[in-house]
Amino acid sequence: MTDVGRHPRIELMTLSEVADVQGYIGNFRVKVLRKARYVDEKECTACGDCIDICPVIKPNEFDLGLSTRRAIYQPFPQAVPAAFALNMEECLGNNPIACGKCLEKCEKECIDYDMQDEEVEIKVGTIIVATGMDVYDPTELDEFGYTRFENVITSLEFERLINSGGPTEGHLIRPTDWQLPKRVAFIQCIGSRSEKRGNPYCSNVCCMNTIKDSLLIKDHWPEVEIKVFYMDIRAFGKGFEDLYKRSKANGVMYIRGIPGDIREDPETKNLILLAEDSNSGKVVEHEADMVILSIGLIPSAENSLIRQLLTLSRTSDGFFMEAHPKLQPVDAPTKGVFFAGCAESPKDIKDSVTQASAAASRANILMSAGKFTVEAITSLINEELCKACGVCARVCPYHAIEFDKEKKLPARVIEASCAGCGTCGAECAFDAVIMRHFTDQQILGQVEAILEENPQDKVVVFACNWCSYAGADFAGISRLQYPSSIRIIRTMCSGRVDENFVLHAFKLGAPVVLVSGCHFADCHYINANRWTQKRVEKLWDKLEKKGIRPERLQLEWISAAEGLKFAKVMKEMEELRQGVTLEEIEYTRKEL
Amino acid sequence: MAIERSESDELRIGVFVCYCGLNISGTVDCEAVAEYAQGLKDVVAASTNRYTCSEPGQQEIKNDIKEHNLNRVVVASCSPRMHEPTFRVACQEAGLNPYLLEMVNLREHCSWVHIHEPEKATEKAKDMVRMGVSRARFLQPQIEKEVPVARSTMVIGGGIAGIQASLDLANAGYQVYLIEKKPSIGGVMAQIDKTFPTMDCSI
Repeated sequence: MTDVGRHPRIELMTLSEVADVQGYIGNFRVKVLRKARYVDEKECTACGDCIDICPVIKPNEFDLGLSTRRAIYQPFPQAVPAAFALNMEECLGNNPIACGKCLEKCEKECIDYDMQDEEVEIKVGTIIVATGMDVYDPTELDEFGYTRFENVITSLEFERLINSGGPTEGHLIRPTDWQLPKRVAFIQCIGSRSEKRGNPYCSNVCCMNTIKDSLLIKDHWPEVEIKVFYMDIRAFGKGFEDLYKRSKANGVMYIRGIPGDIREDPETKNLILLAEDSNSGKVVEHEADMVILSIGLIPSAENSLIRQLLTLSRTSDGFFMEAHPKLQPVDAPTKGVFFAGCAESPKDIKDSVTQASAAASRANILMSAGKFTVEAITSLINEELCKACGVCARVCPYHAIEFDKEKKLPARVIEASCAGCGTCGAECAFDAVIMRHFTDQQILGQVEAILEENPQDKVVVFACNWCSYAGADFAGISRLQYPSSIRIIRTMCSGRVDENFVLHAFKLGAPVVLVSGCHFADCHYINANRWTQKRVEKLWDKLEKKGIRPERLQLEWISAAEGLKFAKVMKEMEELRQGVTLEEIEYTRKEL
Repeated sequence: MAIERSESDELRIGVFVCYCGLNISGTVDCEAVAEYAQGLKDVVAASTNRYTCSEPGQQEIKNDIKEHNLNRVVVASCSPRMHEPTFRVACQEAGLNPYLLEMVNLREHCSWVHIHEPEKATEKAKDMVRMGVSRARFLQPQIEKEVPVARSTMVIGGGIAGIQASLDLANAGYQVYLIEKKPSIGGVMAQIDKTFPTMDCSI
């Protein structure tokens, strides 16, 4: 940590948030909001004089509220930067009449109540997303009594209690009587591996964390009785099994079964756990002085903003989705962006460090090359056909199209900013946009090839490259079976699907057409799929007016992780197709 | 360097149907699909291969491009999300602009999802190849644009992962901006006492 603070090439911006990201691989322009610290970061020597005098006492977040801090504080002794920070919402001092004590006390005059937040713009070639994770709050699991019973704590709270820098200076005590607990119970998989409450996935680190905690207790207080209630112990990493064996050899009891209920003895404040040992099949009551809930990891609350700014996606567990789960595990689908640590999935320190070095290496490859070849999938304007109406510029999610309304000059695409969604191509009423590599001709060619023979037996599916097409790939990888009537046409974005593509398909006898794209928040082209929806809604009206059942045109949002949903939707499309009569198809052909 | 062909050139399309071991050929009659492709308009060569992505498989594409003077290539194998870069390079090495390649996803979108219907899957595969050929007719050579990459990076988050990535990149000589929301870096790791498997301090 201190290496970061003193590295000449690292500019550490604490109390900072990413406010906006523009640009593309190699050329990102980022706005960072640096919040005021109210203490001069460079001058403060962390002497502590201000703390002694500050009258405001607040719970210390770093110790999870198990200790207190002042309004001016250092989060923990090894903090980097070491400089103190002042929480202005808690401080009394912005009015010197009210307080202002720290200001007087600080000899170096580091404190400035008038410090302002500032917005800084930086230009970077690559971005590494290391937003980490949050921990699961077990309050909703009522049977374990967290927050109802004082002696039920979480594994993270335990870390603070056993830490020499923590509120008890490393002396293990239980909250009610501040005495060393004689009997400690750990309960595993809290908020993990549950379909009903919490999360369905394994949080990866909790088994080993408990094994480690049990050894820490045994090292200091061998007389403490420890029981670990578990579903499965997952000690799969290098050296992990040795630790597990050491824990058992030290007398830690591992009981296979999660307690269904915890009661508190009102007098002793001890806890009574009722659990079935699934190895023996017996239901047994256990008494413990303290219970530690081994809580799981959840995606960081920060992720939703970062996801929008960098147009990233999430897998079904809520963590960020990689470009490929096996072959590009640290690359984001957005080029030039990489993942490190728990942002991508729950992982321990070793794996986080490994992945961070991998992400750094991937970024290094790009930056040492100094240049990057962008796929030639960008749009062009046919100036002869352009009527300078400005629709393309209005719908472009990247503001990559310029046009001059006054002078009525043809629109112009800024190639480096164009991401290639093709929404401009779909919206242009004059066919003046050429979407390179996904031209009207190319796509209509596919539509015609599908419907050349027995059109009544086929379903035409437009699938966007990033989500729905990838979802279809995932259905394939998972061997999920669906009807063979489905014919898929790939576009980069569902926003590319021109009204004419759909109408042409119906004209050629397609019984059912499906347009599918990413879920709204997941669109790889910021919000291009909003235009998809508007267009499909317009088409529904149009079909209805012509006496064609609008249901024959379907719209679905299917993500890359939703192979199951893809297969299910395809079955529904086939059912729908079977309900379309030959007379209907004939009528449609004539009407269009 | 890629040879560019003008639009007026006669279309000469080559179709390469991949067995992917048994992944495709276990369900789809690949020989029948190749035979069907041979009969499509503008197709001058169609063949099958056990693994088109293998070195010999790619070599066959390159040889056929030269031998048959192909100006469009259709590879009917797996997802373009998987092997499009592979076959684009193969085309380029044989002097064909990489954007004159079209992929037909027989594996993920046909053989794997219609395992129990080999006949229907084979019919669908033919349709899919016809779609691919139809699109290939309209493919145009494209020139890719190079953009500069700035020698600086932003790391969002100052936990153990952000710290490690920042140090690696800074030590490699790049300017690093490490953005942390809290007053100090360290993240959750800093809150943990000892860490497994070494049982040493986290900070």
